[in-house]
Amino acid sequence: MSKTLTHLKELEAESIYILREVAAQFERPCILFSGGKDSIVLTYLAWKAFYPAKIPFRLVHIDTGHNFPETLTYRDELVRKLGADLVVGYVQESIDKGKVREETGYNASRNKLQTVTLLDTLAEGRFDAAIGGARRDEEKARAKERIFSHRDEFGQWNPKNQRPELWNIYNAKKDVGEHFRVFPISNWTEMDVWQYIYQEGIEMPSLYFTHRRKVFQRDGQWLAADPAFIPRRPEEEVVEMDVRCRTIGDVTCTGLTLSRAHSLEDIIAEIAATRITERGGRADDKRSESAMEDRKKQGYF
Amino acid sequence: MQMLRFTTAGSVDDGKSTLIGRLLYDSKSIFEDQLEAVEEASRSRGNEEVNLALLTDGLRAEREQGITIDVAYRYFATPRRKFIIADTPGHIQYTRNMVTGASTADVAVILVDARHGIMEQTIRHSFIASLLAIREVVVAVNKMDLVDFSEEVFKGIVGDYHAMIERFNLEIQHITFIPMSAKDGDNVVNRSRRIPWYDGPSLLEHLETLPFPEDPEDGTRLPVQYVIRPISSKFPDFRGYAGQLAAGKLKVGDKVRVCPGGLCSEITGLYLGDKELSEACAPQSVVVTLKDDIDISRGNVLSLDGPDIPLEDQQFDVDICWLREQPLQVGRRYTLRHATQEVTGIVKSILYKIDIDTQERRDGIDSLGMNDIARIRIKTAEPLVYDPYRKNRVMGSLVFIDDNNDTVGAAMIR
Repeated sequence: MSKTLTHLKELEAESIYILREVAAQFERPCILFSGGKDSIVLTYLAWKAFYPAKIPFRLVHIDTGHNFPETLTYRDELVRKLGADLVVGYVQESIDKGKVREETGYNASRNKLQTVTLLDTLAEGRFDAAIGGARRDEEKARAKERIFSHRDEFGQWNPKNQRPELWNIYNAKKDVGEHFRVFPISNWTEMDVWQYIYQEGIEMPSLYFTHRRKVFQRDGQWLAADPAFIPRRPEEEVVEMDVRCRTIGDVTCTGLTLSRAHSLEDIIAEIAATRITERGGRADDKRSESAMEDRKKQGYF
Repeated sequence: MQMLRFTTAGSVDDGKSTLIGRLLYDSKSIFEDQLEAVEEASRSRGNEEVNLALLTDGLRAEREQGITIDVAYRYFATPRRKFIIADTPGHIQYTRNMVTGASTADVAVILVDARHGIMEQTIRHSFIASLLAIREVVVAVNKMDLVDFSEEVFKGIVGDYHAMIERFNLEIQHITFIPMSAKDGDNVVNRSRRIPWYDGPSLLEHLETLPFPEDPEDGTRLPVQYVIRPISSKFPDFRGYAGQLAAGKLKVGDKVRVCPGGLCSEITGLYLGDKELSEACAPQSVVVTLKDDIDISRGNVLSLDGPDIPLEDQQFDVDICWLREQPLQVGRRYTLRHATQEVTGIVKSILYKIDIDTQERRDGIDSLGMNDIARIRIKTAEPLVYDPYRKNRVMGSLVFIDDNNDTVGAAMIR
């Protein structure tokens, strides 16, 4: 509640405060960087929080191998500009080591396998806090998660026994082997994120803007046929359409939106008019009513 | 656009989830796929009507048992304001969850069932709102359809409520009463045609228009979170103090005092990212540079040099809400986290425990259980820099952490 600050300035102030608490209370924090808009805004806020010093966090990217090439280009360019250290965890390596088994069939995705790679990468890097761009408005289970969210030795979240979190006081105390997930933009909505990107003039990956792409339809959803990471059923016909990503995950779980949004203003207008949530386009959440909660308990993002 | 945070309080049958569902639904903040999921879930549970409560129950156990376990946060916006709702459950661990939800709220919406009027739980909710220093309370008199939209019934509840506030001496600056029927949407978002004798705003209109307090010019506080030292060729000597203003304003050229210690200096620069500001106000997060090279670190507090500086003490009284089953005991040590400070504290004595339903004070008590509220005296290993909670929420709140690293108590300094 501020008479003078806009909601975006108030959200920004809160997120910067949280990021500085992370830097002050943890020894080896990292940012989970997916290349999506939320982790881009998060990284931007971290830059703003510590300027003129460098971001005191490494960027960790969990690479399923099923990327849009634009995501990797954007990631590498950002890392160069910030002078940040990038750590990449490869799902392919987890598969090669036999730690996870690749799903098969038409709906195969490496999305769930990422959890193992993520936990291994955090352990290898001895990271004690992983900062993520998850927002509470995204999904029912996330609406109840703390900003400083404790993970036990197995990397698991216990939703029924979370630490109380009051005012702006964050408790980062933990035992050896445990870690935290921290969500500085918990209180932002999809609209807040885009309005902030617009206000600050943050450069975004081209995937978010409408472009022509080879796509096919499955269960009422448009999916990318190029890059060709999703096995297609014989009846699934490839067509060229004008599409954009509303969220960016790996190719196998990113639904594409038919769109004519060529600028940030267009995107904001499109979101204001839309009647479907952004995760409505994510195949990974549709698996069951509590798909996200189940994945989170195991250590997912 | 401004931002407003509110919390909702009501017991299981007051229709609280329905109210929130209605607020989201009628303000068009629910999306088609969410509604489809709720319709599907309602059908599979054999509910005849769409159960809007399912929108807010996020965890599997909650949906299965039809109860809300934890504080959930909901978001919606209208062209006028962005809203954050802290939705707190009605029964299990009630006090603890409402205290949590109220700790970040500007407004508390307290539901009252028109058929039952002021109940013990209404007293409890209002007491917590007062304890947590919430300035604005909305008493939502719900289920008006079940009392034939009777003006008499509504007026009776308004009178009883004021009498209750006076009797228990609760401190709430503004109280607004709204008659409604959340189930049918009367006076939630849209004004009701079925309550012609009421000419006030709907709940949403009220939340959209209630005036925000003026930003105070004085009482400036900047708890230092982190010291920024780039040690780079471009910024070899830069030393900035990062923090979020807890109150007041800072300008370049202001004389500031550092607590504890009391050393003074002058502000030479204010930064937000790479932008230089000439002044900043609460709740902005900024970086401050000072003229003199003095020793300042995390936990210090900057204030304007003058009469209005924070207090410094090793012994003080707090109102505490105990959050866990493991009891608070006199003589035990806890880690206290307060603004950006962390100190060890000992519970010296429990002055009294407050019976939350009757507001009676009980003394001669040496331990507190979960959901208990009490006034206690604590002593800290080092002086704490603070303000009374009623003056400044950030500078007056603290949490207790036990040996298991768990957050076990929430306290407000008197």
